[in-house]
Amino acid sequence: MAIGVKVMKRPTQQTSYLRATLKGMALTFSHLLRPKVTMQYPEEKSSKDWTLSSRWRGTHRMLTDEQGRAKCVACGLCPQICPANCIKLVPGEDEEGHRYPLIYEIDEFRCIFCGYCQEVCPEEAIHVGVHYENSEYSRDRFVYDLERLTAQTHPVSTLWDPSDPKGE
Amino acid sequence: MTFFLVASAIKVFLVLNLILVGVALLTLFERRVCAWMQDRLGPNRVGPQGLLQPAADGLKNFLKEETSPAMADKALFTLAPIVSFIPAMLTFAVIPFASPLPTKWGSVEMVVADLPVGFLYILAISSLGVYGIVLAGWASNNKYALLGGLRASAQMISYEIALGMSTVAVLLLAGNVTLSQVIAQQQAAHAWFIVPLTVAFLIFFISAFAETNRLPFDLPEAEGELIAGYHTEYSAMKFSMFYIAEYSNMVTASALMATLFFGGWDIPFTSWDSTGDPSVVKTLATLALFGFKTFVFLFTFVWVRWTLPRFRYDQLMALGWKVLLPLALIYITILAVAIWFFRVQLDWAYGPGMAWALGGLNFVLLLVLVLWLDRGRIVSGSVPQEAA
Repeated sequence: MAIGVKVMKRPTQQTSYLRATLKGMALTFSHLLRPKVTMQYPEEKSSKDWTLSSRWRGTHRMLTDEQGRAKCVACGLCPQICPANCIKLVPGEDEEGHRYPLIYEIDEFRCIFCGYCQEVCPEEAIHVGVHYENSEYSRDRFVYDLERLTAQTHPVSTLWDPSDPKGE
Repeated sequence: MTFFLVASAIKVFLVLNLILVGVALLTLFERRVCAWMQDRLGPNRVGPQGLLQPAADGLKNFLKEETSPAMADKALFTLAPIVSFIPAMLTFAVIPFASPLPTKWGSVEMVVADLPVGFLYILAISSLGVYGIVLAGWASNNKYALLGGLRASAQMISYEIALGMSTVAVLLLAGNVTLSQVIAQQQAAHAWFIVPLTVAFLIFFISAFAETNRLPFDLPEAEGELIAGYHTEYSAMKFSMFYIAEYSNMVTASALMATLFFGGWDIPFTSWDSTGDPSVVKTLATLALFGFKTFVFLFTFVWVRWTLPRFRYDQLMALGWKVLLPLALIYITILAVAIWFFRVQLDWAYGPGMAWALGGLNFVLLLVLVLWLDRGRIVSGSVPQEAA
């Protein structure tokens, strides 16, 4: 033998391959009959052991008021705080002096899903959502415009609350 | 003559297709059992319970690109999967799988070819399979493949001896190598050969794992060390051929174990199946039981694979040459003396009495063997133990 393998001296019950083998066989057989942990993903999206956290930060959603308009007042805080610089906002003003976004676009590819936009928003308009299935046929479909953002229906993230760190 | 030809052709067709379909289902079975043992579900998407998964895999392998290494020996590279595939398909031919089937034109033996050389044929043909593996390893011109091929040849030749020696014990009792006669002997004695030949079965069982390159003896593949061993360079259908060969070797080994030691298609505790007129019901019942016995061994193959870790190479060789071979030789000697004693001194013919007397002897031998093995001697380090 080319390599000297160091072999420890051990008591018999530890070196008995026969017992170890039988024990192992019994173990694998018992696992054969145990309940399985696999979640059948597309049909089954949560189980009693696992659900998506309500703090999950996924693709955005813009909330609307009673008239179905976006709650956004185009204050400009979200593009200001956004570390990834993914929010494009052009503010506009109507004749009554209400500010509203002329253009509001979020590039979901640039977004790092930090949730700062939701935290900073004074009107609780823009939210990150509890949602993770985002597939499209082209890259430009990932720039969400205002219409698309208001059309989303998934639940919004609760984010982490410093006064209730365990979420109770 | 025409009847014989037609019946044989039908049997060849049925058995070949049954093996191919069986192998396909076995790959699925292996994956699902493996998954269950790991608390997963396994492939269950293609068809009900994943039953069409093998078909999808087969289709994929047909459509995949065949790669051929630039420096490979083209002729041998192409030949190797064939050489490995054909013996694997041939070996099942001599195994009887049910009691004779009565037809309008006469009774049909439910075996493709009831050769007088019986399981010698299996030993001869199955050892041809190693050529395929060695050629594959050499022709790939890849050092990992070559190492896999070398390991395979050394391993299969080493364990062939222990395997052959354990079947000698069957010969001593049955006095015949024809498998239908071996089964008839077991039926006549109302005791399968597992009773008088327990230790031989144990040796055969372990050697069968090594012969079929299954874990814990899958050193020719040893994906941790050799990528995929001898079939590293193979892709698409050529790889599939090796795969099918491996699994059909498993089927044959399981069927052979069932035949030699567990009475083949014999239904235990009754002589209904082997006496009286043959009937279709008997054929079907015995076929089902033979299938069940084979299935139990196939399950054991899978079960062991997903339980035990791989041996180190020197441990493998030590087990083959230093444990199994001497064990088989000693066992044959003891058994031959015992049979001589019963036959010549006590003037017994082989029957239930002798079978159970030998069973008692085997029980004692097995106890001694287990006590000896339990001292941690099977796989020890390659160097003497250091003083503590």
